[in-house]
Amino acid sequence: MSKPVIATTSLAGCFGCHMSILDIDDRILELIELVEFNKSPIDDIKKFTKKCDIGLIEGGCCNSENVHVLKDFREHCKILVSVGECAIMGGLPAMRNGIPIKECLDEAYLNGPTVVGNTEKIVPNDPELPILLNKVYPCHEVVKIDYYLPGCPPRADLIWDALTALITGNEMKLPYEVVKFD
Amino acid sequence: MNKIVKFSIDGVECLATRGQFVVDAAKENGIYIPTLCNYPGVKPKGGCRICTVKINGKLMTACTSPVSEGMQIENNANEINEIRKAIVELLFVEGNHFCPACEKSGNCELQALAYRFHVMAPRFPFSFPIRKVDASHPKIIKEQNRCVLCKRCIRAIKDYKGRSIFAYSKRGNRVEVGVDSKLGKELTDELAQKAMDICPVGSILVKEKGFYQPIGTRKYDKNPIGSDIENLVVSKP
Amino acid sequence: MKNAIIKIISKYNKDRTRLMDILIDIQTEIGFIPDYAVTQIAEDLHMSEVDVEQTVSFYHFFSLIPTGKYKIYLNNSAVSNMMGRAEVAATFEKELGIKFGQLTPDGQIGLFETSCIGMNDQEPAAIINNLIFTKLTPFRVKEIVRDIKEEKPVVEMFSASFGDGKNASELIRSVVSNNIRKIGPILDPNYKPGEAIKQIVKMTPTQVIEEIKKSNIRGRGGAGFPTGLKWEFCRNASGKQKYIFCNADEGEPGTFKDRVILTEFPRLPFEGMVIAGYAVGATEGILYLRYEYKYLEQYLEDILENARKKNYLGKDIGGKKGFNFEIRIQFGAGAYVCGEESALIESAEGKRGEPRDRPPFPVEKGYLDMPTVVNNVETLCSVVKVILHGGEWYKSFGTTESTGTKLLSISGDCRFPGVYEVEWGFSINDMLDMVGALKSETQAVQVGGPSGALIAPNEFNRILGYEDLATGGSLIIFGRSRELLNDVVLNFTDFFIEESCGSCSTCRIVPSVLKNKLKKILNARGVMQDIDDMVEWGKILKASRCGLGQTAANPVLSSIKNFRHLYEEKVQKNKVFDSGFDLSMAVKEGSEATSRIPNF
Repeated sequence: MSKPVIATTSLAGCFGCHMSILDIDDRILELIELVEFNKSPIDDIKKFTKKCDIGLIEGGCCNSENVHVLKDFREHCKILVSVGECAIMGGLPAMRNGIPIKECLDEAYLNGPTVVGNTEKIVPNDPELPILLNKVYPCHEVVKIDYYLPGCPPRADLIWDALTALITGNEMKLPYEVVKFD
Repeated sequence: MNKIVKFSIDGVECLATRGQFVVDAAKENGIYIPTLCNYPGVKPKGGCRICTVKINGKLMTACTSPVSEGMQIENNANEINEIRKAIVELLFVEGNHFCPACEKSGNCELQALAYRFHVMAPRFPFSFPIRKVDASHPKIIKEQNRCVLCKRCIRAIKDYKGRSIFAYSKRGNRVEVGVDSKLGKELTDELAQKAMDICPVGSILVKEKGFYQPIGTRKYDKNPIGSDIENLVVSKP
Repeated sequence: MKNAIIKIISKYNKDRTRLMDILIDIQTEIGFIPDYAVTQIAEDLHMSEVDVEQTVSFYHFFSLIPTGKYKIYLNNSAVSNMMGRAEVAATFEKELGIKFGQLTPDGQIGLFETSCIGMNDQEPAAIINNLIFTKLTPFRVKEIVRDIKEEKPVVEMFSASFGDGKNASELIRSVVSNNIRKIGPILDPNYKPGEAIKQIVKMTPTQVIEEIKKSNIRGRGGAGFPTGLKWEFCRNASGKQKYIFCNADEGEPGTFKDRVILTEFPRLPFEGMVIAGYAVGATEGILYLRYEYKYLEQYLEDILENARKKNYLGKDIGGKKGFNFEIRIQFGAGAYVCGEESALIESAEGKRGEPRDRPPFPVEKGYLDMPTVVNNVETLCSVVKVILHGGEWYKSFGTTESTGTKLLSISGDCRFPGVYEVEWGFSINDMLDMVGALKSETQAVQVGGPSGALIAPNEFNRILGYEDLATGGSLIIFGRSRELLNDVVLNFTDFFIEESCGSCSTCRIVPSVLKNKLKKILNARGVMQDIDDMVEWGKILKASRCGLGQTAANPVLSSIKNFRHLYEEKVQKNKVFDSGFDLSMAVKEGSEATSRIPNF
């Protein structure tokens, strides 16, 4: 029997959740034995080359590209997991929700204290760039999500427990100490 | 008149003093009924509805209902726990609860209830309301994004003349807890600290304080809310 | 101005429990509650300003900012919409050049929405500076706006003759109509005020209670608690003072019968209050009247004054030594929830109208923590008749479970909307025949207002009564052409969102959540799961403190129960999941901010 295939991505996230995946330490060797990675920053596969069993999503959707990637994951993955606070509820990026986009962009590119040298007062608007969404959306408010692993980042032990449970078909144990929102 | 009454919670026989609120009576019998707006020593106001139990078949709040002889209380039942869990989730989507960035994380009762009820993600859509952070007072910050409108501060924090420093304003889903602009300025350090401590979430913060407890040592890092009550060795009266 | 405020506060003896009256007087005098008034009240009443503001900001008709010399409040009830409100509203906006919730640039005219004002049988209706304007049309709106711009006094803006009955009397002079279409024992025009008082002074209070109990009458507000029992509890409760409240806060959309009683037979509930006072041993009565009926104030005060002259009120009533009873009118200020008895008491004490936790019940610990009876207007009218004709006589009307008669406020798609007094046990079918509504043209009937149930034709044989369809008497008829989900369920849900006091987490949050689901379904993005979710989520409200919260999901739940097909027609059959996310909507703001045209 072929190994279960996993894909991962970071949308509007900080890659902290991916770091936490790596934080399973030497169990990563065990994981490699158990599964095969497809589209993921871990192996740098950019495009899906086959249907996957599990998709791990870090980050919420803050722009149009995030939405496309997320929908792509939904199409290619049997099980989709929201990993971390940003995927689950928007997280820190969602703190901009409620602030008009114009104000955010002006602050970032024109008026903010860290703006230097933008003498031409350009707010990036190249057609190649994704367009910002009116707010940062939790993943399950865009596509169907099957499981949630909270945390900022989710504890490595939680990720390990959940992954092995999904791979083996066992029930997730989720001990109290590892399910945290921070 | 006999002051001690016999009643039952989930079929377990309990004893308490007549007139005691069910929440407190349960606690004395080593049974935890989850609460949020309730606070020991402060007049109860069944607002959050999380302590909802079934008393003789009727949904009632345990924090406001006095025990009486023969009362039959259902606490740890699926139907009731489902309501409680839903309420916790509702409170999460009602406000903007960014736990990773909150000073109260780990010591927050809303978060702790979510842990206890295994909330992984709220079933309701997030509302992302636009709310203010009121830092105009010299001693405290009122972070409206995190307010769960439990009224603890309103009920417990009064000035030396007994006047309210905190109060509701507006109604319905526009309700918020405001700070009196004048009395807020006169808030003593002691009262400011009391307000922060009594706030179940991170909505009242004493300025220049926060993140002083390392992760792993905070109140609900290792032990679920209510476990102190459940682990209590009960000495029956 | 400051002096005026000090005078008002002194008029009420700087009594904190009279904060509502103080605020109403200031609002009337100045047009809003300015900062300096809040400061003055706080100082004189020994409260903090934020504490004063929490009462002010609770009530719809109070404002902390100017709302104009002319304040227009257009009713937004479902029936108002059915009767052409959209055009009326648009005309107001166009003629005034402002949107609802705004003030004209000169600060003269304010335009606002308001929940049902008790005129469902003559919609669309509005309140302008406490006076009622009914049967509005775009033409009429233009006239009104023209008059306002000419700064005419509002009383001179009526263009029709005054309404029927006492509406035309000197002290009311209103265009409101009674539309009494069927009379019975309560609406009997031969009523002679004071006769029942003459009877009770010959009885002991206990005998009075026994007679009421014998009649089996139950509360007419909707909850149906036995009146005699309530009085007995209050009589037996200990307290140095006891109070009788007449609940005239009728805010359930679609009900207006109390307005008609108070216009045509105001002595009846007042006499009922005196009887209740005698029975329970109370010496003070308070008529809690919704602010929407402020136009009746002078008239009712005059009635009370006359009653005092006739010794139906005051000291040694009916010649009985030591039988003292006084009545005062307490106005609300726009809050449906104050119709809930404990919220009403809170409001009368000058606070936010937030329902209390029970126990204790008002009969033990009510107004000012004293034993208090709160009875509906109609209940108090009925007890007068019970005293006059006996409990046995009363029982000859209605059914075994539900004795006596019931005043129905009927509106919507029928030929003769108005007030009908019928015996309990009346079926919905008979009701439709009575009011001139064709069954073949009737899609649904809302029984008991938004907190009640939406009934489908297959249940029109059900009867009105505590044993089947308990109701405060609001019946709204919806014809075939109505979009029930949009015109009714959404409107009612909005009503609950607007009128929640906000203190229970359940009632504060769930109705908005349900509304979003409903809108998702109406926007054709729903799936079957959404219907099931609504049913499940609606159940959470059962854990709310008061009747408002507990019934706030009823529009959704009862329409799903009885009109599920309307939901199923609207949901997508080929999908099991749809988040409702709309990318083109989501990128709209971002595209505009960067002058981009999305191209996906």
